[in-house]
Amino acid sequence: MIAAAEPTTTWYLLLSALLFVIGMVGVMIRRNPLVMFMCIELMLNAVNLSFVSLAPRVANIDGQTAVFFVMVVAAAEVVVGLGIIVSIMRGRTHATVDDVAELKG
Amino acid sequence: MVLLGALGVILRSNPVHAALSLVLTLFGVAVLFVAQDAHFLAAVQVIVYAGAIVVLFLFVIMLLGVDKAEDIKTEPLTAQRPLALVLGVGVFAVLATAIITSTDSVVRRGEGLTPTEVADPDANIRQIARSIFGDYVFAFEVVSILLLVAVVGTVLLTRRQRRVEVVSK
Repeated sequence: MIAAAEPTTTWYLLLSALLFVIGMVGVMIRRNPLVMFMCIELMLNAVNLSFVSLAPRVANIDGQTAVFFVMVVAAAEVVVGLGIIVSIMRGRTHATVDDVAELKG
Repeated sequence: MVLLGALGVILRSNPVHAALSLVLTLFGVAVLFVAQDAHFLAAVQVIVYAGAIVVLFLFVIMLLGVDKAEDIKTEPLTAQRPLALVLGVGVFAVLATAIITSTDSVVRRGEGLTPTEVADPDANIRQIARSIFGDYVFAFEVVSILLLVAVVGTVLLTRRQRRVEVVSK
C-alpha cells in the first residue's frame, strides 16, 4: 500500500511536479482568465511544495523563507491581476482571453 | 486528494466549482506542509491562500457574473488540447526523470533540520523568524512596499472614471 509507506522527498517532489504540470496544462486549455489565474496559483503552490520538501534535506531554513516570500508576492500578484481582469471585463457578458485580442493596436 | 482538487480546477466548467476545487488542493498542500514540520507555512497557507485569495476569486466571479458554466466542449483552436496534453506529459517526464536521477544526491546531502525541532515544537517558527528578520530583513521591507504598491495600483485600476460634470459642480 502506498498510503502505508513513509512518504519520501522523492514522492513529494513527484507530487509537486504533477501539480505543476496540471496547472500548466490548465493554463493552456482553459479560456476563462479567472480559471487561468487559479492554475497559476496551482503552479506556485507546486513550487512551494518542492521548496518545503527540499528545505530539511539541505539542513537549511532558507527554503521555507523563500516560500514565505513567494506567498506574499503571489498575494500581491493576485490582487493586481484580479484588478486588471475586473477593469477589462466590466460591462462584458462573458469573459474569455480571446476577447482581449482587440487590445492590440 | 491534492491531485483530485487540481484536476477539478482545470476540468470543472463552472468557475465557482473550480475555485472550490482549488480550496481542496490548497488545504491538501497545507497538510503536506504540516507533515514536513513546516507549521508556520501551513498556517500561512490556510490563512492567505485558502482564506484570502480564494475568497477574492469568488468575489470577483460573483462581481463579474461569470458564474455560469463555460462551454468546455467546443475547442476554439484546433488541436490545442492534444498539444497541451502532449506538452504536459513531456514536461512531467522530464521533471520526473530529473527528480529520480537526482534522488541519491538529495537524500545523501543533509541529515535534516536541527534535531532540536523534535524537543521544541516552536523551533520551526523561531528559525523562520530569525531567517526573515535577520538575514532577509531587507527583502522583507521590499515586499511590504510591494504590497502597498499593489494595493494602490489596484485601487487606481478599478476606480470608475469620475464624470466631469460632477467634478465641475
